[in-house]
Amino acid sequence: MSKIGVFICHCGENISSTVDVVRVAEAAGELEGVAFSTDYKYMCSDPGQTMIKQAIKEKGLTGVVVGSCSPRMHEPTFRKACKEAGLNPFMCEMANLREHCSWVHDKSEATTQKAIDLVRTLVEKVKLNKPLFSIKVPVTKTALVIGGGIAGIQASLDIASAGHQVILVEKDPSIGGHMSQLSETFPTLDCSQCILTPRMVEVAQHPNIKLLTYAELEKLEGSIGSFKATIRKKAKSIDENLCNGCGTCTTKCPTKKIPSEFNTGLGMRTAIYVPFPQAVPNKPVIDKENCSYYQKGKCKVCEKVCPTGAIRFDQEDELVEIEVGAVVIATGFDIMQPSGFPEYGYGKYKDVITGLQFERLASASGPTLGEIRRPSDGKIPEKIVFVACAGSRDPAKGIPYCSKICCMYTAKHAMLYQHKVHHGKSYIFYMDIRAAGKNYEEFVRRAIVEDEVNYIRGRVSKIYEENGKLIVKGVDTLLSAKPVEIEADMVVLASAAVANPGAEELAQKMHVSYDSYSFFSEAHPKLKPVETNTAGIFLAGACQAPKDIPETVAQASGAASKVIILFSKDELSRDPLIAVVNRSPAPVFSTCVGCFLCASACPYQAIGEELITNRQGKVIKKVAKVNPGLCQGCGTCVAFCRSKSIDIQGYSNEQMCAEVVALLNND
Amino acid sequence: MKIGLYPGCSLTGSSREYNESLLAIAKEAGIELCQINDWNCCGATAAHNLNKELSLSLPARNLALAELEGMNELVVPCAACFNRLVMTQHELSEKNDLRKLISDKLQLPLKNEIKIYNVLQFLEKHIVPRLGQLVKNPMAFDVACYYGCLLVRPQNVMKSERFEDPMTMDVIMQKLGANAIDWPFKTECCGAGFSVSKIEIVGELSGKIVRNAVDHGAKAIVVACPMCHSNLDMRRPAIDKYLNMKMDIPVIYITQAIALAMGLTPHQAGIQRHFVPVNLPVNLPVNR
Amino acid sequence: MDTEDLSVKVRRETGVNVRECYQCGKCTAGCPVGERMDLRPSVIMRMLQSGDYASEEEILRSNSIWLCLTCETCYSRCPMELDIPKVFDYLREKSYAEGKVNHEARDIVTFHKSFLNAVERNGRLHEMSLILDYKIHSGNFFQDVTLAPEMYSKGKLHLLPERIKDRVGFARLFKDQFKKRKS
Repeated sequence: MSKIGVFICHCGENISSTVDVVRVAEAAGELEGVAFSTDYKYMCSDPGQTMIKQAIKEKGLTGVVVGSCSPRMHEPTFRKACKEAGLNPFMCEMANLREHCSWVHDKSEATTQKAIDLVRTLVEKVKLNKPLFSIKVPVTKTALVIGGGIAGIQASLDIASAGHQVILVEKDPSIGGHMSQLSETFPTLDCSQCILTPRMVEVAQHPNIKLLTYAELEKLEGSIGSFKATIRKKAKSIDENLCNGCGTCTTKCPTKKIPSEFNTGLGMRTAIYVPFPQAVPNKPVIDKENCSYYQKGKCKVCEKVCPTGAIRFDQEDELVEIEVGAVVIATGFDIMQPSGFPEYGYGKYKDVITGLQFERLASASGPTLGEIRRPSDGKIPEKIVFVACAGSRDPAKGIPYCSKICCMYTAKHAMLYQHKVHHGKSYIFYMDIRAAGKNYEEFVRRAIVEDEVNYIRGRVSKIYEENGKLIVKGVDTLLSAKPVEIEADMVVLASAAVANPGAEELAQKMHVSYDSYSFFSEAHPKLKPVETNTAGIFLAGACQAPKDIPETVAQASGAASKVIILFSKDELSRDPLIAVVNRSPAPVFSTCVGCFLCASACPYQAIGEELITNRQGKVIKKVAKVNPGLCQGCGTCVAFCRSKSIDIQGYSNEQMCAEVVALLNND
Repeated sequence: MKIGLYPGCSLTGSSREYNESLLAIAKEAGIELCQINDWNCCGATAAHNLNKELSLSLPARNLALAELEGMNELVVPCAACFNRLVMTQHELSEKNDLRKLISDKLQLPLKNEIKIYNVLQFLEKHIVPRLGQLVKNPMAFDVACYYGCLLVRPQNVMKSERFEDPMTMDVIMQKLGANAIDWPFKTECCGAGFSVSKIEIVGELSGKIVRNAVDHGAKAIVVACPMCHSNLDMRRPAIDKYLNMKMDIPVIYITQAIALAMGLTPHQAGIQRHFVPVNLPVNLPVNR
Repeated sequence: MDTEDLSVKVRRETGVNVRECYQCGKCTAGCPVGERMDLRPSVIMRMLQSGDYASEEEILRSNSIWLCLTCETCYSRCPMELDIPKVFDYLREKSYAEGKVNHEARDIVTFHKSFLNAVERNGRLHEMSLILDYKIHSGNFFQDVTLAPEMYSKGKLHLLPERIKDRVGFARLFKDQFKKRKS
């Protein structure tokens, strides 16, 4: 026998100015099954909640309907109040008389009638509510951080410092990412490696961080709190325990002419190599595709000269399974190759390079030891032209978005050039100057005024070579679009920041959303920038969108804090509004026929199979089973099920039907 | 094999040698090119500069006539005519009511489905596969292949993939034994229709092209457009004036290069019709 | 006076929305005759965006629109893929129809009109017709006088025109196409 309490809220004047709340309460009181009905100015306030609690106790209420705002506002509030009064919180429902009624209609008889209908509908639903209990999911307090750039490093350090275990997986032989390739960083002109390497070493030495380099994520299964990740440790061909990082093998390797990825193709490396001197771990790997031994069966010089006998040619890839409670994706970004813009001559003319390549030239540990020299003949350029927006803001041949960092790094490049080549002349062809960060505008002004960098507002149409010089055909739109031709010694293209080539594949492995540019999608662009739509997987850094170092570090700490919040509990509490496959006594056991249409429809991979066996262990039936840790209660499976064997707790077919019937019977 | 041909006004007039060399090599390769009966001028630059409807109806008449004759493929050697015909086909295929309007004006049916090829596409498809046996005189020297504007742009209509650095002509010349140099003025404009009304512009633009070709070591410029040829060859005095230097580099049509390579005489290739003497670093076949 | 912005007409007739232009200037940077133009292509796009009547008049009376070679370089490089040559075709047609052709561009326009006159007469271009028509209308009587004999001797110049057969049907295409109109 239902004894439902109805509480209609005025919501100040938000509801009462359009709806006759007193009448709604009166009408509700006359419904069959309603034992108590009242109205009050602010139901969510302390006195309002006390009213609900008292009514539950005094009237012995079996269910509560609060006619007020959207459940998204105060459902937890009212459910908590019910729980405190001893009523199962899932026996409490809300009729949305504000966002669905008073806020969208004018004051009229029809509006009040609609409010009455809405309340009646929820009363009919609550009559069919059953007590439900939160689902508890255990939390493994180990985090997996994918990507060892500054974002991954920062997130790992924060989570580890909070006392939790971190496994940091990096696909390159060393951590450090793009930040380790930079020469100096804006706006302070700090030496990039000088500020980064202490962090890198901290990660390597931190007792709570396990560093797996030259490794990638193979598979991810499970759900928030209890993921199971399979990591592929690619064969380095080195026994890391024996290798002491002396580097003799790299000096003796006869295959020396492999374009170095770290040096963006401007320098060479050997087949057995450490990507850069400050690498962490400072242990080499063998590039199987270019090593004479792996390709032709000859050489093995490294094995001969290694003092500790650490070379292992027979080493295979290793698959490691780990259990983690949360994942942080920090895989970073890539630079678009400007060969998609043939008018710029990249790839054709050696002295047309990208911004990242310029960083390597400017870097003290780069192929030219920090001197700006032309890749073609090694001479120092007297005139250098920087082309901003070489790929960004370009729907025709590039990407339409702004890469955010180029205005600043181009200004920085020009400044570094002027500092290193005092008599040199630099030009920057730009469209806009985006310098929105702290001290960024002042930095750009300094480049223009103090370092005498020549900014020309206009784009470049064509770059070609004549008599050893690069002819740059641009325009000065601020001078009535006067065509400008510059004979430059070197051209630097600020090419677009794009997602890493494997980003789409990685996102699909983890069931994380991504956009049309393969950047990972945040759960909400404004309010949830470090979470994804997949519970337990967080984002940090440029893999989400192009960003500079301060923002990356901030976002990484943000992601870390979300992980720490998750790990602050031993168990996760989830709403039990999930799908459940029906079970009944023998010989039926369940109306489920095991077609698994629901499993293929489920967007969250939450449906598996369950074997129903008899006492002897013989399998009688294979039915579907919902994983309570993964199910999000979307109801897709319920729509698909042909035998109506699966239903949502708290939103059952019966309850939905009752609501619809109640709405239709409005006399 | 029979293929439709739209010669355009220049091939019968000021670029006669282009037509002659084209027909000669087609004959060697066993291909019959049939002129569209009663074809008219495509309107060239003048029509689209002054009147939109004319810029569509003039080319469209030729497409309609070709259709009536049952032609499925049409070769258009003149780059400007090719551009106008393809642009017209593109515009009328996107706007059905416009196609109906033009068809009504022409009083001719217009399905607008005929395949239109420029000379390079024609050569690639029908001549180059047979070249192997036919090359008797390799053109073994450096050439600058000049494409001009209208063969490759606008790239979405012309369906050109490498519109900044095309290679179709280069590949053909390489098959003839030549070294097609890499140079940055392949698709820079020669001065187009200003040949009569603004000669000094032609002098400047074509002058830059000639100078760049010579600087890169080319011994001849190979073209596939009558207007470009006219500007680079007939207007050489204007070029010499701009560059303040006499430039001797000859300009030949791609069809002429193929004709000479095939062993046809200079006369058959129409070399004598050029203004700049064609002195090539190889022995040309003797006049029969 | 017509109160509709020229950019609205441009959009209707050519499909090009000038609002998409963000004034990068790449069109001007690559234009072979950019230096000679009074109003460069990116400036003309800005003037169209401004919706200012005086600017619109200036565009129609500029020499830029006639100096344009329709080489399509601007369109092939524009990051917003704006069909500037198509816009210029429209501006040219309007400029000519409204009698606003720039004085310095007279020769260019005369050449185009002489060309079409020659085509209208014969269906194909008879070069002698074109040259005579041009010389009469432009007053450049002595231009290329030495060239003609050389062209004739090389077989490139025909004295008599080649005429198409369906001249009546052809003439219909030209009827009423060049009526002058008020702006």
